[in-house]
Amino acid sequence: MTQPLDINAVSAHYGTTKVLEDLSLSVQAGELVSLLGASGCGKTTTLRLIAGFLAPTSGSISLGGRDLTRLPTHKRDIGLVFQNYALFPHLSVLDNVAFGLKQRGIGADERRKRAMAMLERVGLAPLAERAPGALSGGQKQRVALARALVIEPPLLMFDEPLSNLDAKLRVDMRVEIRQLQRANGTTSVYVTHDQEEAFSISDRVAIMNAGRLMQFDRPEVLYRRPANTFVARFVGFENIIPLKVVARDGDIVVAETAGMRLRLPQSLFGQIPDTFLLATRPDGLVVSTDPAAEGLSAQLGLRTYLGRAYQYQCETPAGHLIANGSLTTPLEAGTNVKLVPMPEQCTILAAEDAR
Amino acid sequence: MSDRPHPVLIGIAALVYLFLMLPLVIVVGAALSDTTYLTFPPQGLSLRWFQNIFEISAFRRTIVTSLQIALLGTLIALLIGIPAAYALNRFRIELPKWLGTLFVLPILVPEIVFGFALLKSLTVGTGAPIFLSLLIGHTLIVLPYVVRVISASLASFDFSIEEAAISLGSAPVKTFFTIVLPNVRAGVIAAFILAFITSLNDVSVSLFLTGPGISTLPIQILAHVEQFFDPTVASVSVLLMFLTVAVMAIVERTLGLTFLAK
Repeated sequence: MTQPLDINAVSAHYGTTKVLEDLSLSVQAGELVSLLGASGCGKTTTLRLIAGFLAPTSGSISLGGRDLTRLPTHKRDIGLVFQNYALFPHLSVLDNVAFGLKQRGIGADERRKRAMAMLERVGLAPLAERAPGALSGGQKQRVALARALVIEPPLLMFDEPLSNLDAKLRVDMRVEIRQLQRANGTTSVYVTHDQEEAFSISDRVAIMNAGRLMQFDRPEVLYRRPANTFVARFVGFENIIPLKVVARDGDIVVAETAGMRLRLPQSLFGQIPDTFLLATRPDGLVVSTDPAAEGLSAQLGLRTYLGRAYQYQCETPAGHLIANGSLTTPLEAGTNVKLVPMPEQCTILAAEDAR
Repeated sequence: MSDRPHPVLIGIAALVYLFLMLPLVIVVGAALSDTTYLTFPPQGLSLRWFQNIFEISAFRRTIVTSLQIALLGTLIALLIGIPAAYALNRFRIELPKWLGTLFVLPILVPEIVFGFALLKSLTVGTGAPIFLSLLIGHTLIVLPYVVRVISASLASFDFSIEEAAISLGSAPVKTFFTIVLPNVRAGVIAAFILAFITSLNDVSVSLFLTGPGISTLPIQILAHVEQFFDPTVASVSVLLMFLTVAVMAIVERTLGLTFLAK
């Protein structure tokens, strides 16, 4: 039953506003892909295009080789799970789950049997006769999940399914969703604005911004090697420092900015161009009080407590940077320090990408 | 804080009920009077003025006409109003704002003006039969209520429920009847009652549209009062009240009125 999804050069407009630009994305059979980004990035638009609630202005969408682009939603055979559950308030839990089977002309007894079996799998069989209004948020989302899964769709889509749940339940539910999805091997598209959720649940994540795809890769790659400054900032590389290569000595490249000289092993980063951006997370900058240390001179500003470290806002000749310092020696605002980047916690971005 | 309402509050509530109920008591009392003129308290008890309604053929005919117009007009208004309210809510973002206001216009224009306009354009303009003119006029004056009440009901309807049904394989038109309509049933019932009663009690628009041979009950009451001062009008009013209550009772029995408590 499991099928690959292909989105091919799709653009979409709301009125005259372009909301999606030339998006191409392939989801392999059985894979779970997240669309991740802030509101307005085009992730929900993409989902609505795949579902058929919106028509693209150009491009095509196909599922298992079958062209969906001009097919009405009710013939697309896609399981959808909504943020606000979207259960039918006037039907019992069982009838909610059986609804899709009924549309497929399956007889009453068989419907009941299959719906009960699915409710059993999400642990809600005892509540089958209840009205949806009498359920908790987590239970409602389980019913919604059962309702989408019972029709055995070749594609399952989730639109921020956990946003209305509290933090603890959110984590439990995402594990549950992932297990069900794995067990069924259903190709899935998962829309979320929560980075942790996307990274933890997905085989691959598509990071989107302003209607464009910024990077599409495995979470591990996105987290360690963002492809551009947008993705870098998105995944927490808050410090982006422009550098110029001044010397190359075998594997070691010497680069310079605002009085700082840095030695970077090329083997760690691949080919380093003559001008580039060095990106690090706050953890990748060591705060050193040794004036002889080889790093960026900085003056410390506001200090905040993170639990595992102190975080400092720093003013440097290369601009405003953020660094985490040790818990044992809190430093006062105004202290002059050196910020030393740790190469293994840095990544390199193309300079022309500076935005 | 005590759980019992303040005595002043109870007093005010009692006064409100008194103001609401007293006219009804007086009308019912006057209708039962044995005298040949309107009076309260009733002198002597008699049902002869009720009997008199049915002896006057004009009353018999206008009651039937009024019920026909109210029922048909309300049904037509529902047929137009439900899809209109659906479209206005479903496509709220895409549709221009003034479109919703358009459906309220008939109650914004003074009814007298509206009635006169209908007379000029319909009866005189096209020479339409009186019954048809009345029906169109009443449909138009109750349409705003239908659209408003059902819109209010749809405003709290989550359209992703409709999308969920469609994604599960239910065709859009079928989804409207199996998913959307059952969830706004309360609004449809409320709209029906409000429209039916509005039509049944309308004077100003009917005044212009009634003509030789065809009239509505409120117009007939007016005509009667101009010539006679007997308690028949009071009995007719009581009858009209009972008709209204009967309609609500039937709706309550068949469909449930619990939504009015919401």
